[in-house]
Amino acid sequence: MSTSLSAIDLPSLGLALAMAVAAGLVGCFAVMRRMTLAADALSHVALPGIGLALLWRIDPLIGALAMLLLGTLLVWGVEHRTRISVETVIGVVFSAALAAGSLFTSGEELIDALFGGGRPVPAWEAGLGGAVAVAVIAFILVARDRLVVSLVSPEIARTAGIRVARLDLAYLFAFALTVALGLRFLGVLLMGSLIIVPAAAAKRLARSLRGMLAWSVAIAVASTAAGSLLASLLHRQTGPFVVLVAAAFFFASVAWRR
Amino acid sequence: MPPDGKALEVFELTVRFGETAVLERISFSVERGQTLGIVGPNGAGKTVLLRALIGAIPSEGSIRWAPGTRPGYVPQKLDLERDLPVTARELLFAKGRVARAARSEVDRVLSLVGLPLAVAGAPIGHLSGGQLQRLLVAFALLGGPNVLLLDEPTANVDEAGQESLGELLHRIQREEGLTLLLISHDLSVIYRYATQVLCLGHGRPCFGPPHEVLTTESLAELYGGPLHVHLHEH
Repeated sequence: MSTSLSAIDLPSLGLALAMAVAAGLVGCFAVMRRMTLAADALSHVALPGIGLALLWRIDPLIGALAMLLLGTLLVWGVEHRTRISVETVIGVVFSAALAAGSLFTSGEELIDALFGGGRPVPAWEAGLGGAVAVAVIAFILVARDRLVVSLVSPEIARTAGIRVARLDLAYLFAFALTVALGLRFLGVLLMGSLIIVPAAAAKRLARSLRGMLAWSVAIAVASTAAGSLLASLLHRQTGPFVVLVAAAFFFASVAWRR
Repeated sequence: MPPDGKALEVFELTVRFGETAVLERISFSVERGQTLGIVGPNGAGKTVLLRALIGAIPSEGSIRWAPGTRPGYVPQKLDLERDLPVTARELLFAKGRVARAARSEVDRVLSLVGLPLAVAGAPIGHLSGGQLQRLLVAFALLGGPNVLLLDEPTANVDEAGQESLGELLHRIQREEGLTLLLISHDLSVIYRYATQVLCLGHGRPCFGPPHEVLTTESLAELYGGPLHVHLHEH
């Protein structure tokens, strides 16, 4: 147990915290859109992308991102172009993706892909990831009113001049990018949880939408910081610690507002 | 463009879901400032009609709104979970910013629908069915619509609430000079406030003044069986 705070890789921590802010904001709208389970399953689709990228010797993040964006288009297409239940498609396709991904990946790579690894983030990835996190945060803050109106009623949104289908797609892309940002730290099995759990706790603690967004960001950031520190001290995978801290916040919120 | 004095003219409107025609060759028109009541049994396509009129679903035939029409839509219910920590004022301010309405408009529409400020500041889960319905009307009024499309606004409120909501809509229509397209299962509301009625359901669609269209025989044909109508007394 010789690891200390100074041993924590600062670019990694910076990127992880920026990702946590994005996850806190994106998660609030996922909870409001009643897509908590779908959100969790969507993150699984990254696994075959990681596996194929490793097979073809390209950066796993690129493979994961490509699959996440494809998965997003699939969800959006099903929701807007067919009458098939989105939950059905997610249940079948994304579970199959997880199964296929586990065939392409093995050993330590599979564990890292599933639960997140602790390897340092290269400078280019920290810079690109930071820019993507800022873009996701800016999108949620700028589109917040339109997202709220379209949640109240898609018909009202349409009469207010909002292009609902386009807004839905933009939100799902923001969701996929947030998942991609967090894959290195939490893995495909746990990243969905960092988006959903802080928002679910915030829903219980807040008395307004503004409060819910603030609580969700605070819990996501605190969980990421505390989880990363614990993982570093104990030389373990980051993902499980981050999610366990977030889950502790959720259960505390349940006890607080029973 | 519809003829002078008309807010809307619809000609041979057909909406299909796959092979099934939910609406087939529906024609009607609405005068400016008047109220069109839309009645019919469940599944007759009433909500589909309103959604087609605002372009939310594809349709065949022609829909001609008067130039400068600004539609407002009042759904049957709030599409949000009631346990969310979102206040009515937050929802209204969000809509106001999207519609580029002045901040003072939120207070004006709240006063117009009779929602107290204290109620508007509470999470939506604390609002009664009637208050939520008033919130939805206020939500639709932000942005200055001149046509309101209402999908069963009295469906989730008790009988006394239905009457006061009907009165409220009538008053707002007069004060704001609105044209209303109103879906309602409550025929007493239709009899009292509608200037024209469109019937959708079993048999041929019918269109005309309430006293001509809503006869015992036509209602029996419309709903596929005998119907007892109770008019609220004053």
